[in-house]
Amino acid sequence: MNIQYAGLADVNGPLVALEGVSGVAYEEIAELHLEDGTRRLGRVVQMEGDKVILQVFEGTSGLSLDNTRTVFTGKPLEIPLSTEMLGRVFNGAGKPADGLGDVFAEKFGDINGRALNPVARSYPRNYIHTGISSIDCLMTLIRGQKLPIFSGSGLSHNKLAVQIVKQARIAEENGQDFAVVFAAMGVQNDVADYFRREFEQAGASGRVVMFINLSNDPIIERILTPKCALTTAEYLAFEKNMHILVVMTDITSYAEALREFSSSKGEIPGRKGYPGYLYSDLASMYERAGVIEGSTGSVTQIPILTMPNDDITHPIPDLTAYITEGQIVFDRTLDSEGVYPGLSVLLSLSRLMKDGIGEGYTRADHSDVANQLFAAYAKVQDARSLASVIGEDELSPTDKKYMVFGTEFEQRFLKQGANENRSMEETLELAWDLLSLLPKSELDRMNAKLIEEHYRENIAG
Amino acid sequence: MNNTIYAINGPVIKLRDTKDFAMREMVYVGKKHLIGEVIGVSDKFTTIQVYENTAGLKIGEEVEGTGSPMSVTLGPGIISAIFDGIARPLTDMRKTDGVYVTEGSDIPTIDPERSFDVKVLAKTGDELSAGQIYAECRESPLIINRAMVPPTIKKCIVTYAAPDGSYKVNDTILKVDADGEEIVLTLCQKWPIRTPRPVANRITINTPLITGQRILDSIVPVAKGGTAAIPGGFGTGKTMTQHQIAKWCDADIIVYIGCGERGNEMTQVLEEFSELIDPKSGNHLTDRTVLIANTSNMPVAAREASIYTGITIAEYYRDMGYDIAIMADSTSRWAEALREISGRLEEMPAEEGYPAYLPSRLAEFYERAGNCNTLSGNRGSVTIIGAVSPAGSDFSEPVTQNTKRFVRCFMALDKPLAYARHYPAINWLTSYSEYIPEFAEFYEKNVGEDFLDVRQEICNILLEESKLMEIVKLIGSDVLPDDQKIVLETAKVVRVGFLQQNAFHKDDTYVPMSKQLLMMRVILRLYHASTDALKRGAAVSDIIGTGLFDKLMKMKYDIPNDKPEMFDDYSREIDETIGALKE
Repeated sequence: MNIQYAGLADVNGPLVALEGVSGVAYEEIAELHLEDGTRRLGRVVQMEGDKVILQVFEGTSGLSLDNTRTVFTGKPLEIPLSTEMLGRVFNGAGKPADGLGDVFAEKFGDINGRALNPVARSYPRNYIHTGISSIDCLMTLIRGQKLPIFSGSGLSHNKLAVQIVKQARIAEENGQDFAVVFAAMGVQNDVADYFRREFEQAGASGRVVMFINLSNDPIIERILTPKCALTTAEYLAFEKNMHILVVMTDITSYAEALREFSSSKGEIPGRKGYPGYLYSDLASMYERAGVIEGSTGSVTQIPILTMPNDDITHPIPDLTAYITEGQIVFDRTLDSEGVYPGLSVLLSLSRLMKDGIGEGYTRADHSDVANQLFAAYAKVQDARSLASVIGEDELSPTDKKYMVFGTEFEQRFLKQGANENRSMEETLELAWDLLSLLPKSELDRMNAKLIEEHYRENIAG
Repeated sequence: MNNTIYAINGPVIKLRDTKDFAMREMVYVGKKHLIGEVIGVSDKFTTIQVYENTAGLKIGEEVEGTGSPMSVTLGPGIISAIFDGIARPLTDMRKTDGVYVTEGSDIPTIDPERSFDVKVLAKTGDELSAGQIYAECRESPLIINRAMVPPTIKKCIVTYAAPDGSYKVNDTILKVDADGEEIVLTLCQKWPIRTPRPVANRITINTPLITGQRILDSIVPVAKGGTAAIPGGFGTGKTMTQHQIAKWCDADIIVYIGCGERGNEMTQVLEEFSELIDPKSGNHLTDRTVLIANTSNMPVAAREASIYTGITIAEYYRDMGYDIAIMADSTSRWAEALREISGRLEEMPAEEGYPAYLPSRLAEFYERAGNCNTLSGNRGSVTIIGAVSPAGSDFSEPVTQNTKRFVRCFMALDKPLAYARHYPAINWLTSYSEYIPEFAEFYEKNVGEDFLDVRQEICNILLEESKLMEIVKLIGSDVLPDDQKIVLETAKVVRVGFLQQNAFHKDDTYVPMSKQLLMMRVILRLYHASTDALKRGAAVSDIIGTGLFDKLMKMKYDIPNDKPEMFDDYSREIDETIGALKE
């Protein structure tokens, strides 16, 4: 079976072609042995007659038409899986990168994953407490959800991701293990370092598995990074019954790697040069979040992406938001005003929160409070744009109250310390303090009984 | 050993030098028997798109033809089931294959072991024609399945009719003689998914599909047998709107196609629909629902097929005489699947990489909707409501623009409204329905003679508001004349009290047409009373100070659906309070 093919027919970007090959399966993994004794891995991406095209994970530099011998392994790309992986650091292709040697595999997992039968899913219902008021109250993270963070270069998305990882707690503690799988794709060295350091300082590194692909590592490895991370997450969640939070940064680098790879294959580009299958490709990644019947574990994803030029209609954030269950969006103005986390509340959304909050989960009034805050903050924007034209003094009394509410909301509710962990109760009480700055008649998203119960009479002037 | 794989590129495979396959023929590919369809035939190559993951496939594996086009088996047992894009039952696959979707699974669409109590209507010696009903059985508490002579048999004479009794789907019910050929008819039949099932003739559309959603029923109604598009960027509530229509609309059967959308959403539909009770029949909503799920990580070629599978199932039930509503969520993913396959075939792309045949494919799909007299002599209809997910929320992109040309009702979802959490975020100014004049008679008979006038006045107030808001944005509302202030206040009541609807509130989630009309009437009554009071010289602050505007904004919660008499109290209060205002 171990036929070796000497030489290559063609080298083009990350792709190499071989001729005279037979008996090879689509998406099978091949090993390329170089003359200098090193070994690289490649995957079959196209076949025609006896010609096979391979993508080489470690890049093609140094390959010539006659200095390699290729062996096909007969297997798809698999990584070793084990609970020992907790606390370890791997490279983008799943190889140990911390000098501690190979992982003793309990089993091997195909990194491509397979489509979950929708019938086998359980609808996600329980929330994850992050201790961050804006997220817990307005865009609640649900176990099994995929909730991306849309950010821009220079904003504090990494800080927020670290805070979420450090503070994330499951509402009802039933002794189940909670762990984090962290995938870094195309990040700078110091960013990867920042995460490593922060996890260590918080004493969390024992429950974190890291996959790191730096910005100067080969792009093909970058395409594999999230797949390796998610395969690990699925194993820990569905076979070891752990609750896994997967943080992936930066999806933009991933998509750009995909574009580079696609154009070297000579594919017809879609929007902005990204391949037409960007949606399906991103979906095959994001859809691996969830809860399945027959397992008590869950995979929750927080993908982080930097919007090129802060443009939310760019294909990467756009397609992502069509697949994920909501989004958390950063706002550059708030960030520069020193509000951390400077989230754009109106653009942010958690689609699954409606079924994971309220009586039995958080508090009965949660959903109405959240809706009212959204609606009120939307009116703040109207009042502000009016004030910028006619001046604040000319505003109607109600609009003036909205102006006050807006500032207080940003400074007291959104803004919080990087180590401040607020309970749900604190967050909701704070929300009522702020809503009470408005006249009762403006609270049009809730019924009279609720207002009676919680409205603070003496605050509104 | 002629028909072996020559090339593989993603879901597209090619064979060389064979003449054995016909265009659109269904084939089995390789050792795993993956399901595929022939999409290109030339003297050199035969091109096949594979509906399942091609990883592991090898050059030289065999491809087997079936001799028939891509078809779906239609019969009792479809209702309440959930299928993948090529009509394989996902619930059964879960039992045999585990939590992941397995390639090459050959579980039949309809469980051959399930039996039904059949009433045979045809007798030996009867002459039957295409589409005629020969047997009946109860498929779910709500739906009676009617076995029909397949449309391919024009005329036949019954030579054997089984007695009434319990039969499995493949048991012989009738033997017929069609031009000398003996044909066995069972409870099920096959139909190619890309061919529309024939009808006797189309009839005029004149009835709205009642959804219980105020903005839809009162402002942009869709017809039974009509077509509608729901375009909207992410987070604007396309899926939520589709779910609300699927739950509450007065169609007999719902076919919900989750095309390239989220797995959790399908799970949600499964869970919610099995708990919810249909207000009309008192049965579970699943008893009238068929789900087709091709989630975004399932094979892309099957996404392209899922739309056709769905509409073929809908047409099958239409032929029995039912009203069907199809929710296709989302047609953009289907168009993207077309684009992806087209790219793999190296076809010349048109706009934004979509193939040039995108408009004609969209037209073919939407034209399968309609209100018809069926071959069996019943009336049935298929309504298509397709969600569109425009890239970058830009409605000028090809899928939205081309869809707009083929649908008659356009429910544009709006980002600013969604940001303000105004749901359903359907923009009342950019949405339209061409059906309204055709419903005039229906409204007159079933809702109220003044319905269209009331509706028009409400629309005018909203239009007036949008004009006034241009001014308000520049100089504030204080400088407006009094009558315009009243317009603004009234429009706010219409927006917040009427158009906004809470899907999670027990009364507000479904509102009957009669209450919708009463709500509009009482809003207009307040508006007219207020303008009259202004003419008498009352102060605008006093009018607003009565609190009546705030009260009407909350009437959707305060007046239960079964207490329409409360509207009289509201009207009286308006007349008395506003009438009592001093100059």
